[in-house]
Parts: sequence; C-alpha cells; structure tokens
Amino acid sequence: MGDFDFGVILNNLPFLWQGLQLSLWLTFLAVLGGIALGTLLALARLSGIKPLAFLAAAYVNLIRSVPLILVIFWFYFLVPLAVGQPIGGFYSALIAFVMFEAAYYSEIMRAGIQSVRTGQVHAGQATGLGYWQVQRYIVLPQAFRNMIPILVTQGIILFQDTSLVFVVSLRDLMTASSIVARTEGRLVEMYLFAALVYFVICFAGSLFVRRLQTRMTT
Amino acid sequence: MNYNWNWSVLWEPEYLGWLLSGLGWTVSVALCAWGIAMVVGALVGVGRTLPNRLVSTLCTAYVELFRNVPLLVQMFIWYFAVPEMLPEDAGRWMKREMPQPEFVTAVVALGLYTASRVAEQVRAGIEAVPTGLKSAATAQGMGVAQVYRYVLLPISFRLIVPPMTSEFLTVFKNSSLALTIGLLELTAQSQQIAEYTFQSFEAYTAATVIYVLIALCATIVMTVVERYTRIPGYVGKGN
Amino acid sequence: MDFKFARRLLAIAAVTTGLGPAALWAQDLTGTLAKINDSGEIVIGHRESSVPFSYLNDQQQPEGYSIDLCMKVVEEVEKTLGKEIEVRYVPVNPKTRIALMANGTIDLECGSTTNNLTRQQQVEYLPVTFVTGTKILTRKDSGITSVADLDGKAIALAQGTTNERAVMAAVDALGLDVKILPVRDHAEGMLSLETDRVDAYSTDHILLHGLIAKSKTPDEFAVVGDFLSFDPYALMVRRDDSAFELVGKTALANVFRSGEIDQIYAKWFDPLGVPADPLLKAAFQLGALPE
Repeated sequence: MGDFDFGVILNNLPFLWQGLQLSLWLTFLAVLGGIALGTLLALARLSGIKPLAFLAAAYVNLIRSVPLILVIFWFYFLVPLAVGQPIGGFYSALIAFVMFEAAYYSEIMRAGIQSVRTGQVHAGQATGLGYWQVQRYIVLPQAFRNMIPILVTQGIILFQDTSLVFVVSLRDLMTASSIVARTEGRLVEMYLFAALVYFVICFAGSLFVRRLQTRMTT
Repeated sequence: MNYNWNWSVLWEPEYLGWLLSGLGWTVSVALCAWGIAMVVGALVGVGRTLPNRLVSTLCTAYVELFRNVPLLVQMFIWYFAVPEMLPEDAGRWMKREMPQPEFVTAVVALGLYTASRVAEQVRAGIEAVPTGLKSAATAQGMGVAQVYRYVLLPISFRLIVPPMTSEFLTVFKNSSLALTIGLLELTAQSQQIAEYTFQSFEAYTAATVIYVLIALCATIVMTVVERYTRIPGYVGKGN
Repeated sequence: MDFKFARRLLAIAAVTTGLGPAALWAQDLTGTLAKINDSGEIVIGHRESSVPFSYLNDQQQPEGYSIDLCMKVVEEVEKTLGKEIEVRYVPVNPKTRIALMANGTIDLECGSTTNNLTRQQQVEYLPVTFVTGTKILTRKDSGITSVADLDGKAIALAQGTTNERAVMAAVDALGLDVKILPVRDHAEGMLSLETDRVDAYSTDHILLHGLIAKSKTPDEFAVVGDFLSFDPYALMVRRDDSAFELVGKTALANVFRSGEIDQIYAKWFDPLGVPADPLLKAAFQLGALPE
C-alpha cells in the first residue's frame, strides 16, 4: 500500500473532527441519561417493593446478557416503528445507549447506595425525613461520591462503545474514519489514526480516574 | 402503524438454519477467544506483578494499549490494516490462504482485547494475596518462580473466579462485533432474517432469547466452577 | 451537531395548538406532506458509494444522478406547500434503507434501489429512473469471464442487495464452490477487490462502471459476464401515501417531458461513457405523463 500518507488525515481533519464531536456528545448525553435511569433502577431494586424490585432486576439482567449491537438494532429500527414517529438516527442511538448503559450504571449505583451505612438512613428517618428526602439529602450524594471513579470508568467504556454506531452508519469518529479510509483507499493510516485518538482520550480518562482514586483513599 | 405478527418464520427451515449457524459461530468465536484471553491474560497479568521492571512495564503497556482502544477499532485494524502493513506475501496469505480469515481475525482481535481485561483481574487477584504469605514463602528460601508456583498463583487463580464470570459473559456479547468484518454470527443472522422476511420483531426477539439462554448457561457453568474453586473460610483482601 | 428534533417538536406543538402560520390549511395535508409541512424539512436517504447515483463527493456531501432527480421532487414539494423547505440527509445502506423508509426516518430515498414486488410489500416507488442488472467486476488478469469461472474463487457481495440473491442463485444453479464475503456497501466490496481479498465483486453493472471510474487504477478492472438479473431503479417513498407519491410522479413527469432528463443524464453518465439505452429512453417516455 506504499508509504504512510499523513496528508489524507490532514485533508479530512474537519470531517473527522465533526465525527469526534458526535462521539463526545453522544457519550456525554448517554452518561447523564444512563446515570439518571440507572439510579432509578437501583432505587427500585432496593425499594423493598417486591414487584418493582423484580422488574428492575429482570430488566438489568436482560440487558446485561444481550450485546450492545443487538440493542442498537432493536432501538434503531423498531422504536420509530413502535412509536409511530421517526426520531432520527442520533436520538435512536442515544436512547439505545441510555437504556443499555443504565443497566450497568444501576449496578454501580446499587453498590454505591449499599455503601452508605444504614444507621444514617435510620437517623434521617428518625428526624422525620420522607423516603425521597432521605435519598436526596443523605444516601445519593454519598453514593455518587463513593462511586465517582467507577462512574467515570464506565463513562470511558461508554465512549469506546459509541464506536458501535458504525453499524447504523451514524457518523461518529469511527464511521468518519471508515468513510475516509474507504474512499481514499488509506486503510492503515485512518484506522491507526482512529485508534490513536481513542487511545489518547481513554488513557487520559483512566489517568484521571487513578488520580481521583488516590485522592479519595488518602 | 400496523404490524403483521408472524412468529412462524422462525421455524421455517431456512431461517431456523441461519439462526443455528449464527449461534454456532457466536459460540465458536467466544470460546476460542476466551482460550486466547485466558492464556495471554494470565501471562500478562502475572508479568505485571513480577519484580523485573522491563517485563512489568511491557505488560502494563499491553494492558493500557488494548484496554483504551475500542474493540471495533482493533477488529478493523487486524482485518483491514494489518494485512496491508505486512510484506506482500504475508498480507496476501492473511487475506486469502488463511483458513476462515474472518473467523480467525475475529478470534484474535477479541482474544487479545479480552486478555487485557483478564490480565487486570489476574493482577488484582495476585495483589489480593496477603503480603505475609509471600514474605513467609520467601523466608522459606523459595525463589520468585517457586513463590508464584506454590503460593501466589494457586490462591489468586481461585480468588478471581467470581469476577471472571462476568468477563466470560462479556466475551459472548462482544463476539457480535465480528459481524462488522463479515462473519455471519447470531446478531448478523437475525438482522438478515429481519431483512429477508421484514419480521424484525420476531428475528431480534429470537436472537435476544438465545443470548439470554447463553448467559444463563454460562452463569450456571461458572457457578459450578466457583463452587469447586472456592477456598473454604478464606476471605481475600481484595474481596 | 444539530438539534432539529427539538425544533420539530416546537413546530408540532405550534401547529397542534393552532399558533403556527401553517395551521389554517395543514389539516388538508396528510402523511409525508403533512409531516414535511409541519417540520419544514424533508429527510432524504442517500448512499455513500453508489457512483454516479448517490455518493459522497470530496467534501463528504451527497451528490449524483438520483440526488439531482430528488431535488426536482423537493422543488415540486415546495411548490405544493407554497414555502421553502430544508433538506436533511441521512446516510442509508442496502440493509437499512427499507427499514428506515418503513419506520418513517427518511421521507425519500435517493440511491440506487431496485423496484421489485417483494419490496413493494414494504415501500412504494416513483417511476423508473434507470435500468440495469447484475454483472461481475474483476481484475482483467483474473481469467474470470462469467459466473461459471467463479468456481473455487472468492466473491464479495453487498448484504441486502438484489445482486446478492441473484449471484447466490446463479452459483447454486451451477453447483459451484464459491466463497462469499458479505460486505456492507459498494465501497467495501471494491476495497476487498482492490486489496486482493476477493477475486470479484458483483452488483449492478452501472455501479460497477462507477466504481471503476472512481478507482485509482481503472485500467486493472473489467466488468464481465451476462446480466444475472433485471434491476429497474426508482426513487423510494413510503407506502400508502398517494398524495406524496403524486407530487413525486409529477416532478419526474415534468423532467421527463421537458427533456431536462437528458441533461441530467449526460451530466452523470457521459463521464462513464454509458449512453442511455433504448429501454431506459422508453421508460423515460412512459414516465412523461401529460398534465
């Protein structure tokens, strides 16, 4: 295939940058949505209301045994059909990621909630706080803080997972690199470049997590 | 919007055959990749804990490299980029003469990626063994190899069985990425059925149910393994 | 990054509450036209590598013969609605195009899609805009001149195309041992051929000529064999939406009748050296319905 051609990367930099922006946006929104829905799922599982806990557990276990690609296919093609209203590729993918990652975030949040000692919950109830007040002011703030490193780590995994929108041609960094690779016939350059970008971002993220962890333990 | 339910398409010999063949590929890719991941992951994980600076740095680099690049990108690099980077004969061999190129590529990519995750578990397991045991073994006059052979590895390998269960499940799920390089595994076959019959709900449901069954089987197997490998009365530091 | 979804919601809200300017006569519109009127945009599904019908140019923008024809349809829609509409492009591939049309993600598909009866169970088509069929693309020195020569060789086929089924049927009929590599689209198929992963790639003959023209080494490749299938191309629209279909038919009839089609055809096919064959010219004439 001849020598390395950096020109192809430079020429297509704006296009690739748009792709990276989409990847980052998707990650950011999916992390927010995933944590929100995941927290609700975790609360449902720990609520003590049997049917609710069962449904939440069933959902989490179902999603955790299915590949993300299949979940993307499910949502991408079938949600608009079921809803009867097209919502566009980006939002279909976003919903798929939120629903998928929520199962993983709920496990993290469950551990986080359980890490808050029950004595504090009782103390809160004794002072007359209701269920949501106890969660809002006592349990969840601590659960979040205890779990920040793991939540960020899951965010890094989610960022890597967003590359899978390739299967539905949504134009993220991976798809953009692939389009350039194919149209320009520069496979080696483009895929190694994509790998480098993902690596730098994810590695920086994991160094950040490590700093968080040492700060929290000391 | 109205949808015509037709579950019977799943029992038509042609489509049922596709599903079964997809299941076969999914299981083959996952198990072969798991084999690679166990061997490479154990070596790299042990390597990271060795006193030798060079070895541990190399092993750390391996883990960081393979863990921080999305599996899809790795899969594409192995499939599309590597043959072009090799000398022409070797590249051509990879693309044409190598038996089942898509399968082998998927197994290698998934295996080496999973190895980095297994290595992390192995390292955590070794570090979870109380340092007192290691010191005691060293005091007995054991060399590094003996300490690993008789003390660290037997304990740590049994300690990490529970976390490995989820890695084992993950390898089945991640095998679906092989569809991006043209391997018609379970997810790809279900999509193909959806496209041929336009019965998307039924096709995706079939694949979902099969994946749940795989997860159940894998969990049962690992529970049995866990029961046999549990160290009675032992609570490791890391657990 | 755009957030047209939110804007569309606002537009829908405005219309349903009677605040929108279009609200007065929006009730006369149905289906796709109503949707376009409400949102102010039409969503066009395009291909990434169907040269010269619908593909990404150097600026990664879709262009081609089908895109030009679709722009005529868009103009007709604007005339019908009496206002300007925005065009939004969504990339589709052979595996996704029908599903995305059926589930309402795209309003008009401008690619290189064969009109056949099986697909008409899911989608509807505008009049035929091109006529082609399955052929085989291979290296000139490969020794392959027809399907029969594929025995023991490898061929790439794009999943979800009529060509995939045509080649598989031909291979089965002849009892050949052929390794089939499923690929996502024409670019990936061509790539497999260029990087020597396969001996041949098969799709509609006109697309194969397009792939050769776009290739860096066009002299190395040749299109061989007889037609393995009959593939009349048409723009795809949603099923059971005759109002929108009529707008599309009107737009195409005007283009066919006025002779504008000849310029559009020449613009995209002359560079490939492919003149319109009599069958296609007849199709244009049949599509040129009077007012």
